[in-house]
Amino acid sequence: MSPMFYLYLSAVLFTLGAVGVLLRRNAIVVFMCIELMLNAANLALVTFSRINGNLDGQIIAFFVMVVAAAEVVVGLAVIVAVFRTRRSASVDDVNLLKY
Amino acid sequence: MLTTHAASGVFSVTWLIIAIPLASAAVLILGGRRTDRWGHLLGVAAPLASFVLGLVEFATLVGKPEVERSIDNHVFGWTIVEGFHADIGLQVDALSISFVLLITGVGSLIHIYSIGYMAHDPKRRLFFGYFNLFVAAMLLLVLGDNYLALYIGWEGVGLASYLLIGFWSYKPSAATAAKKAFVVNRVGDFGLSVAIMVMFATFGTFSFTGVFSAVHGADPATLNAIGLLLLLGACGKSAQVPLQSWLLDAMEGPTPVSALIHAATMVTAGVYLVARSAPIFDLAPTAQLAVTVVGAVTLLFGAIIGCAKDDIKKALAASTMSQIGYMILAVGLGPAGYAFGIAHLLTHGFFKAGLFLGAGSVMHATKDEVDMRRFGGLAKPMPLTFATFGLAYLAIIGFPGLSGWFTKDAIIDAAYHKGGTSGFVLGSAALIGAGITAFYMSRVVFMTFLGRPRWEADVHPHESPKVMTWPMILLAVGSIGAGYVLMLGGRFANFLAPVVGHSEEPSVQPASTAGLVTLAAMVVGVGIAALMYLRRPVPAVAPAGSFATVAARRDLYGDAFNESVFMRPGQYLTRLLVFFDNRVVDGAVNGIAAFFGGFSGRLRYVQTGFVRSYALSMLGGVAILVAALLMVRG
Repeated sequence: MSPMFYLYLSAVLFTLGAVGVLLRRNAIVVFMCIELMLNAANLALVTFSRINGNLDGQIIAFFVMVVAAAEVVVGLAVIVAVFRTRRSASVDDVNLLKY
Repeated sequence: MLTTHAASGVFSVTWLIIAIPLASAAVLILGGRRTDRWGHLLGVAAPLASFVLGLVEFATLVGKPEVERSIDNHVFGWTIVEGFHADIGLQVDALSISFVLLITGVGSLIHIYSIGYMAHDPKRRLFFGYFNLFVAAMLLLVLGDNYLALYIGWEGVGLASYLLIGFWSYKPSAATAAKKAFVVNRVGDFGLSVAIMVMFATFGTFSFTGVFSAVHGADPATLNAIGLLLLLGACGKSAQVPLQSWLLDAMEGPTPVSALIHAATMVTAGVYLVARSAPIFDLAPTAQLAVTVVGAVTLLFGAIIGCAKDDIKKALAASTMSQIGYMILAVGLGPAGYAFGIAHLLTHGFFKAGLFLGAGSVMHATKDEVDMRRFGGLAKPMPLTFATFGLAYLAIIGFPGLSGWFTKDAIIDAAYHKGGTSGFVLGSAALIGAGITAFYMSRVVFMTFLGRPRWEADVHPHESPKVMTWPMILLAVGSIGAGYVLMLGGRFANFLAPVVGHSEEPSVQPASTAGLVTLAAMVVGVGIAALMYLRRPVPAVAPAGSFATVAARRDLYGDAFNESVFMRPGQYLTRLLVFFDNRVVDGAVNGIAAFFGGFSGRLRYVQTGFVRSYALSMLGGVAILVAALLMVRG
């Protein structure tokens, strides 16, 4: 099986994630879409690692996972805090910080 | 002629001549009220001490052989850097010691007189402090052995005159007059400073010996330029046309200040500058001609103004302008005239100080009245003042045997001896000036001391105290004797010759043709004045007068000229510049600021607060970056 298919899958997953971030209002869903984009990137990194025959891509994928885990912790805490004060998880309702 | 000798003996303390009045000025100005009780005594002692030191040096100098009569005294190195060396040194020679004796001698007498004149002024101590500063600055001016030291003294004199003319600064007129004197002097100072810069650029030195030994072989155009710039400086300090306008307003200061400015310091500086720069002017015929023209124009200018002034001090001020014109004319004549110009300066120092102190005495007696139409018949209550003023008057109009006769006739004669058309014109101008001098000075004396009393009912004229009359008596003695001492046998000319050069002309005889004509002009002037102001009663209010009288009363429109030619265009120019600054410069700066303010105000609305729109712009940005990257690499 050609490694290129993994890259196509990665691109499709990333696009799905990006579209979801741009179109969905629910903060949880937006969050999940971001995770989707991160994992698409991971998939691409691992694939490139395979193509090039070294471990650089796999190592970076581990770093991405660590960052994603940390992000989940902070992000979910923010979402919960926002929901408690505003009774809403819509990202469009959180728009006080503007001109 | 240009060699100098190292100082030894009494000459090694020449710096004390300047330092004593300077230290006294510092004590009096900085000491404050605690020096009030004895301040005037210190103020008088300082110039007297300098005078004694000057006399000792003069006696020592006369005792030396002629070739050794120029003593240079290095005081300290002022600025020493690579390629530039400015020293402060003092030069004692025939010319500078003559000025030192005039400044400290006549200056001391005026100081003594001021004890009485300023007795009731609460700031008398400060007055003496400024007086000493004035004397110290003037002494530095004449003793410096280079143009830089001269310039320091020159500026010091300007500062001191500003402080003294505006001494009664609570009077707006005095404050304005002081400012005017300062501003007009700045124009002259500009000329002098540029002259010094040109000298340094051309010869690489400031020192008199250095410059004067380099002038031979220098470009005549450069020398003419230096000469004309020096003349501009001299015009400013000596109140010569076209920078004459400050002198009449300077009468706002206390009368002793006028005496000091007109007799001993300040206005003589221009004459000194030209005489000291003799080696430059001797090689710059154009500049020299300009000097004589300025002198001749000013001597007539001042004389004409003097005829119409009813203010006794302003009449005397106009006469100073005119007499300084004679001196400038004389020193512009080259070696033939230097000695006469300086001699006239010295005799003028005596009789003009006497006239001003006499005028001060009259004002003292008449509750500070200065309008001569309110005097009249003052000879009876003030016999001493009348006698001393009268002797000084006879000296200034050139009455035979008195000092002015010797020196003024010599100048007129020397001008005629110049030869050619210019000699005839200059000599005739000086001759006519002598006639007018006789007229307006007689007018002053007749209106003040003779005729019927015209003073107010509550004025009780009385003779001044001894501390004021004694200086006047001594000055009157000088007015009589100075001529004999200086001029008989060409003594002063020989004394000055090592500094300013020998005259080829035979020594002038007072009984020459020009002398007789001058005498006739003087008699005519006095006669006309007697007809107008002795035979006829003097009206208490000035009559309307002819066109010429009105012009002379208004200083021959000197102020009007300055206002229309310099002040108004200057004001328009500043207004234009203010407009340019407000609209164009500020407009550009403010416009740019307003543009960015407005632009960023609009740009702010990009910050909508919607997370998804930020995400979109991020995505767009990344997409553009990636596309750009691909294009560059592709």
